Amino acid sequence: MEKILVGLKRVVDYNVRVRVKGDGSGVETEGVKMSINPFDEIALEEALRIKERGEANEVVIVSIGSGDAQQQLRTGLAMGADRAILVETAEAPDPLSGARALLEIVKRENPELVILGKQAIDDDNSQTGQMLAALWDRPQATFASKLEFDGNSARVTREVDAGLDIIEVDLPAVVTADLRLNEPRYVKLPDIMKAKKKPLDQVPLAELSVPDSPAIAEKNFEPPAARERGIMVDDVAGLVSALKDKGLL
Amino acid sequence: MAKVLLIAEHDGTSLNPNTAKCIACAAQIPGAEIDVAVFAETAGDIAAEAATLDSVARVLSSEGEAYRGALAAVLAPQIVKLADGYEYIFGPSTTFGKDLMPRVAALLGVNQISDLMSVEGERTFKRPIYAGSAVVTVEVPGGVPVIATVRTASFRAVAGGNSAPVEALDLAAEMPDHTRFIASETGKSDRPDLQSASRVVAGGRALGSEENFDLIYKLADRLEAGIGASRAAVDAGYVPNEMQIGQTGRIIAPDLYIAIGISGAIQHLTGIKDAGTIVAINKDEEAPIFEVADIGLVGDLFSVVPELTEALN
Ligand SMILES: Cc1cc2nc3c(=O)[nH]c(=O)nc-3n(C[C@H](O)[C@H](O)[C@H](O)COP(=O)(O)OP(=O)(O)OC[C@H]3O[C@@H](n4cnc5c(N)ncnc54)[C@H](O)[C@@H]3O)c2cc1C
Ligand SMILES: Nc1ncnc2c1ncn2[C@@H]1O[C@H](COP(=O)(O)O)[C@@H](O)[C@H]1O
Repeated sequence: MEKILVGLKRVVDYNVRVRVKGDGSGVETEGVKMSINPFDEIALEEALRIKERGEANEVVIVSIGSGDAQQQLRTGLAMGADRAILVETAEAPDPLSGARALLEIVKRENPELVILGKQAIDDDNSQTGQMLAALWDRPQATFASKLEFDGNSARVTREVDAGLDIIEVDLPAVVTADLRLNEPRYVKLPDIMKAKKKPLDQVPLAELSVPDSPAIAEKNFEPPAARERGIMVDDVAGLVSALKDKGLL
Repeated sequence: MAKVLLIAEHDGTSLNPNTAKCIACAAQIPGAEIDVAVFAETAGDIAAEAATLDSVARVLSSEGEAYRGALAAVLAPQIVKLADGYEYIFGPSTTFGKDLMPRVAALLGVNQISDLMSVEGERTFKRPIYAGSAVVTVEVPGGVPVIATVRTASFRAVAGGNSAPVEALDLAAEMPDHTRFIASETGKSDRPDLQSASRVVAGGRALGSEENFDLIYKLADRLEAGIGASRAAVDAGYVPNEMQIGQTGRIIAPDLYIAIGISGAIQHLTGIKDAGTIVAINKDEEAPIFEVADIGLVGDLFSVVPELTEALN
């Protein structure tokens, strides 16, 4: 195929212990480490491997968000992407607006394959890929753990609750990456230098004329209900009797 | 009256227990009138099962070969055909619902609420974000349908005993042929299903090998428990992926959960926080799992677990 498009979202790093702001207006993101959404790193790694196998010619990465997302796009270029597009807007959009913006990029770029993450680990929405596929009227293969190509179609193994499903989709298609699809490579210093010269185009979101979508209002943020710290037992006998006390044995 | 369309999940022969939990969620909407839609190759038995569930007004059933494998690209246009007049369209927050519902939402031009965990009002709900590190209260604007996936671990299944009418649907949405179901590889097991088991025993990276996981199986057999695992254990190949519990695995709410050699990463904890009693066995007294455990035991699993299995004899 000619081109693969990969979505990279800038999110709070998965190692950060996220805290809710005291006034309930959001979560603390000030001064917190930001990274490429882990599933998107996997999506990009897969695209790069497909290209390295000679099954694709170009890998284009796209992020929708503030200018800060350039950092994550540079990292993506250092991993090996050929070109980056930043769709600029004050903050990352809701999934439907995001999917609509991605659709505009898809119309410009005409990729045979779009690989997104299965979910962004900030809002945990898991919607964008499915929505893009719907709006584009193309197949979706979500939660992918294996991808193989055969001419104009792809065979995708999907991780589902009951085990694995295998489906076949005609290209172009949208695939969303699950954790076990691959293990992303580490970026090497010389690649970071080289990435500085790769093209990074900026497009204001407004220029894509995405219609307004009925946003879901976020009214209040709170910490999850805490579980009370329980008891410690010394040995197996203590455990068995504690379970009996609770009526669990 | 608030009309709810609820998409049933099934395995081709019987209804998935998550459906009854989604119904419990929908029933909390003020004035809810709940229709359950069943799309299946052969829908009869599944629809009949859905009709027995409390709070169900009608079961709508649609049959066809194209429904094999529950492909979102096939189902979503059918649901959109049905959607007119429904104020709410709900599905479970399982891989089935997560795959399907956003496709429906996009075709209807609305956003979706993912992992709805509580109903706070007609259009106000709560949902977890950041792997459960925060809970956000969300409100859907008026004039558009509320599309949601329901975090089933947050709800107790409705009872049976109902006999709702079943109506056959005659839908005519075009069936796409760009997506084809090939096969399912599901681990056949006689053990209780992880998601509905009242007891679950889970092992982590500390087990060290597929063979050593036998310790977990033996304890689970003694307790008639379902079996789970951390992502680390799945990634290491000790057990298949369907056993993974957590943010990117299954979300469970058993009465008893026993975590063995699992450190308690936030991504794991989000999958078990609704468990009745959490037991942790870990050799590191500083392991974060002890912060959420109701009963903790510091010790080497390789001696503690066989001893516990023996003690339950
Ligand atoms: C985007 C993302 C999503 C993720 N989703 C999930 C998910 O859904 N589910 C999930 O589980 N993880 C998930 N993870 C991974 C998670 O962050 C942790 O890496 C993982 O849960 C660790 O698994 P573990 O507890 O088995 O291993 P470890 O963290 O290595 O812990 C092993 C524990 O075993 C103890 N131990 C060692 N030897 C013994 C012994 N002999 N006896 C007793 N105790 C012993 C140790 O003290 C330690 O606490 C995700 C990560 C990311 C980035
Ligand atoms: N702002 C964004 N920029 C680029 N890609 C995004 C953005 N938001 C979501 N995506 C992609 O869509 C996937 C699913 O996101 P979500 O639906 O928000 O869980 C992510 O893993 C990304 O690949």
